[in-house]
Amino acid sequence: MTKEERIENLNRLSGTDVRKCMKCGKCSGRCPAFKEMDIKPHQFVTMLGKGKIDELLESKAIWNCLSCMACVERCPRGVAPAAVIEAVRDTVVRMQGNNGIKAEDIPPIVDELIPQQLLVSAYRKYNK
Amino acid sequence: MQRIGVFICWCGSNIAATVDVQKVAEVMKSEPGVVYSADYQYMCSENGQQLIKQAIKEHNLTGIVVGSCSPRMHEATFRKTAEAAGLNPYMVEIANIREHCSWIHKDMDEATEKAIILVRTAIAKVKLNAPLMAGESPVVKRALVIGGGIAGIQAALDIADAGFEVDIVEKNATIGGRMAQLDKTFPTLDCSACILTPKMVDCAQHEKIDILSYSEVEEVKGFVGNFSVKIRRKARYVDETKCTGCKICMEKCPSKKGLNSFNMDLNTRPAIHIPFAQAIPNVAVIDPEQCIKLKTGKCGICQKFCGAGAIDYEQKDTFIEREYGAIVVATGYKPINLDAFNEYGYNDNKDVITSLELERLMNAAGPTNGVLLRPSDGEHPKVITFIQCVGSRDSSGCGKPYCSKICCMYTAKHAMLIREKYPDTEVHVFYIDVRTPGKNYDEFYRRAVEQYGVDYIKGMVGKVYNENGKLMVQGSNLIDNEQITIESDLVVLAAAIEPEPSVRKVATLLTASIDTNNFLTESHAKLRPVESPTAGVYLAGVCQGPKDIPETVSQASACAAKVIGLLAKDKLKTNPCVAIPDESMCNGCSQCANVCAYGAITYENKEFRLGGGKTEIRRVACVNPAVCQGCGACTVTCPSGAMDLKGFSSKQIMSEVEAICKK
Amino acid sequence: MQEVTTEKKEFTPNIVAFCCNWCSYAGADLAGSSRLTYPANVKIIRVPCSCRVNPMFVLKAFQQGADGVILCGCHPGDCHYVTGNYYTRRRMALLFSFLNYMGIEKERTRVEWVSAAEGARFSAVMNDFVKTVTELGENKRLTDLRVKEGE
Repeated sequence: MTKEERIENLNRLSGTDVRKCMKCGKCSGRCPAFKEMDIKPHQFVTMLGKGKIDELLESKAIWNCLSCMACVERCPRGVAPAAVIEAVRDTVVRMQGNNGIKAEDIPPIVDELIPQQLLVSAYRKYNK
Repeated sequence: MQRIGVFICWCGSNIAATVDVQKVAEVMKSEPGVVYSADYQYMCSENGQQLIKQAIKEHNLTGIVVGSCSPRMHEATFRKTAEAAGLNPYMVEIANIREHCSWIHKDMDEATEKAIILVRTAIAKVKLNAPLMAGESPVVKRALVIGGGIAGIQAALDIADAGFEVDIVEKNATIGGRMAQLDKTFPTLDCSACILTPKMVDCAQHEKIDILSYSEVEEVKGFVGNFSVKIRRKARYVDETKCTGCKICMEKCPSKKGLNSFNMDLNTRPAIHIPFAQAIPNVAVIDPEQCIKLKTGKCGICQKFCGAGAIDYEQKDTFIEREYGAIVVATGYKPINLDAFNEYGYNDNKDVITSLELERLMNAAGPTNGVLLRPSDGEHPKVITFIQCVGSRDSSGCGKPYCSKICCMYTAKHAMLIREKYPDTEVHVFYIDVRTPGKNYDEFYRRAVEQYGVDYIKGMVGKVYNENGKLMVQGSNLIDNEQITIESDLVVLAAAIEPEPSVRKVATLLTASIDTNNFLTESHAKLRPVESPTAGVYLAGVCQGPKDIPETVSQASACAAKVIGLLAKDKLKTNPCVAIPDESMCNGCSQCANVCAYGAITYENKEFRLGGGKTEIRRVACVNPAVCQGCGACTVTCPSGAMDLKGFSSKQIMSEVEAICKK
Repeated sequence: MQEVTTEKKEFTPNIVAFCCNWCSYAGADLAGSSRLTYPANVKIIRVPCSCRVNPMFVLKAFQQGADGVILCGCHPGDCHYVTGNYYTRRRMALLFSFLNYMGIEKERTRVEWVSAAEGARFSAVMNDFVKTVTELGENKRLTDLRVKEGE
């Protein structure tokens, strides 16, 4: 995969339009794991926008993000930084050839209120 | 039989270089119905027009076709020419053989052939033209201003100064609006009341201005120059003509626990009250929800103490109906509801307030007499944090997608005033962008930073929470790429502003259009910014879009200029190219009225003779020619084909199509 | 030997364009004053608003032998009469699919938005439309044979 394709893929995976970001920093202002993140939530959005994905793929932050979705909830522009982080994490996992999600791992009773992304990203993280 | 004259212009070489004008004129001579055809170098010149006038008289022409430049250029010129020669100006058609022919084609034969077709098309149309007369409608020389804030006050004063009667309809008990609630005004920091209240007094004393406070518009009929408006005068249970404003009733009223909406509910007021000291009219009003007498029938203390005998518990809403020539809408704004923003804890913490509440807390006539004390415990706050863009520029659905425009400036003002009055206070401002364009505006903001040492932090607040009685404000500092938490005593939210919700009803009554954010739409964003698309309705203030006081006042004065221009006319000339229904075909189905953007179509029951002495009453459409703008939407909608458009009738357009397609 | 040359005339379609007075007609004027050429077989009829165009006019044009009909109005949201072009859009969507059903190809009919400032766009649209219709050839459906016989 070329870098351009990877960027396009990240945009597609995250399902979020990073150009909508107006750089207010509300996501990072709310992030409970801010101190643990070497790259901050708002930087994920701006760096993907600028195509700086090599740094993102190497970041520690993707493993420290709690996937609490607070940044998604608070964003005034409908951008989802958590989805970008998840997309990067997913890309890294796939590059390792170790896709952690297995259907049989998912418990039979899943609270319908839990966002699917939360579930998926939790499995991916703990399967590392 | 029509006698048509054809005049082909050379336009110097503009047309003549690619169109064989002489050939065109020659060919037209043999067209059926054409009795005269000529060409000339410059038809629009004095001599050219003379040629047309002479031909009309000599050949007794009933219609003329001018093959020349675009009708957008010289149609009006040639219509005047025809009128001067005694021909109805609407018996003129233009064949556009310059912009649509000679200028875009290079081949002479091709262009000449096209010019011939275009002129033939115009002849086909003019043969079906009917003489039209511009109608006239009288103008009622009185204006209505809806809303008594600074926009309404300014518009009313300007119109009244020009000598026209003005009524201000204000839904609250006093005029003054939002500006009356403000403390100081940017960028000069003069006291709001000091500049507003003299204008309010001017309104009250102006012999041409009638203030209808505590009133609402109920019904609007009519059209530009002739609006008929029904106004509800809500019962205030106090006789406006008798009350002297002595306020004894306020002292004696036993029910004192009503929230004072003028002070943003920060303190209480009696059931009978005058909203604020400088209210105009300075007349009390009883809140029926709170008054013991009105709720239980027992009490009546205010009536007992009122020396003027002004209290009347039996008062009912009354209605008045008045005629107006023009209407100014100046309904203003309110801060948005912050229920969707629980991250700022507005509903949970008394010390998280909006900027408008801060205005009242800093105002000398406010609940704290101008001493800045926080609402929870009456202590002086030592650390104050401002949060900007609360609900503004928010496309997530919780807030408003637009910039509220005034917040950057008033936040700088508040920060500056606090640092000026209480230099021991720490002031932080979280901002996304600081937007301060305008004369002396950016200088004002920089003064807050440089002279008053206000701490501006680029970043947004993620959450505000209460920890041991302290407000913890957690947010981003994007410049330092940090997350910071500021321990604050008071948090001030710059809440977005939205149009006053009652504007929707007003817009519906006036058939004025409104956008997705409930702002009234102007006729043209750049060139007609104070006129509504509905003729005779003008817009002033925030009801049209977010703006500050100087802009509001300018727009109000611009409105007044437009209204004066309208009211100065005795009669309005109307465009004669309007829709006209054929009553014998109309079945009264209402579809045309539904598509009309101007409300020009109404229905009437009319009696028709059926023959044999029998008659029948049918519901048929009526077009008001003063309101119709002549778009033709109704003509196509009409299922029975009863509706037609003068000047662009179906027959005329059909004949044009035929002339073009003929090979 | 006598040489007989039968010159076959190249097909040029006959196109009727309805232009609203406020945007598209002005756009056509601008195309003219900017000397942006488009084929001479486009003839413009001025209407106050694109919503004045009755489907009957379009049918009439095809019946009288037009090969293509194009309606031009203000961009959505910019209509001088506030909502006129929205009516046009809906009416013509319906009419064009109906015409398509009757055998008049969709490419022969078109609604375009051209503002008063878009002279270049007007000329580009017309060039493109003429090209498309030329490729389709003569329109024979709906043509009133009496019109042809009368020649």
